[in-house]
Amino acid sequence: MENHSSHIEEPRDDYAAKLGMWLFIFTELLLFGGLFLVYSIFRYKFPVQFHQAALELNVTIGAINTVVLLVSSMTVAMSLAALQKSNTKLAKILLLITVFCAFLFLVNKYFEWGVKFEEGLYPGSDLMLQLEHGSLLYFSLYFFMTGLHALHIIIGMIILLVAYFKINSGKVNIGKYALLENGALYWHLVDLIWIFLFPLLYLIS
Amino acid sequence: MTHKDLPHITEYKTLGIVLLILLLLTFTTIEVTSFHLRAATVLVALLIAGVKGYIVLTYFMHLKHEGLLLRVLVSAVFLLYAVIVIITFFDYMYR
Repeated sequence: MENHSSHIEEPRDDYAAKLGMWLFIFTELLLFGGLFLVYSIFRYKFPVQFHQAALELNVTIGAINTVVLLVSSMTVAMSLAALQKSNTKLAKILLLITVFCAFLFLVNKYFEWGVKFEEGLYPGSDLMLQLEHGSLLYFSLYFFMTGLHALHIIIGMIILLVAYFKINSGKVNIGKYALLENGALYWHLVDLIWIFLFPLLYLIS
Repeated sequence: MTHKDLPHITEYKTLGIVLLILLLLTFTTIEVTSFHLRAATVLVALLIAGVKGYIVLTYFMHLKHEGLLLRVLVSAVFLLYAVIVIITFFDYMYR
């Protein structure tokens, strides 16, 4: 690290970076895994109330968001492939499409949550506290899990935007794309979690 | 130490096909869960989600072309999670 001349490449190990990203992904999987376990146990204990509460969710919005996330997962994977093939322009376009999909997901989520809030259904509201124990648990888990997932969407958007600007300035390029690769891995994780959230919260009612 | 092996670049076509399969499986889940197959619905929905997760890990997250270390690690994490789930459920069912 002593001689930082412009002729000598900075020491870096992309494989180690990827391994580190995967280790982080493992912690994320176990974080959401724990929440899925809590959901499963309470669903096992309150089957009827979970069934009735799940009927309140809008399957159409959930399905649209699933499609949006799956498409964005493909575009970010294509963006990496494009960069590896040194097609920088296409890589940038595909990244922007991915970020746009992320934004679309959040807009949908805003309307979905908005309807619930208007009905007076939000964490800590009087209506929610009057619910039966099982329904209260269901909606608490619904808001917490989709909220935590939405937070991941926002973080993913920021990472991918940073990658976009670094491709723009040439700092991420065909010989050095660890940031885009690991950002894409993070984005796939967000997709992976939604793959399980969608059927568990919206469909199995 | 450098890893000079050329990276595997996934073809656009492969990614497109993977997306189509994932979309198809999504609509299958929606259709299946709209019928009421009782307990089987949950099982089928989780099974399809598992297949989708496997596809995302294998193709989108490139595990297919990663080394043995990473593949073993990922499998170990899912195995660990399965053990946690099974032990917890035994606790609740036979307490």
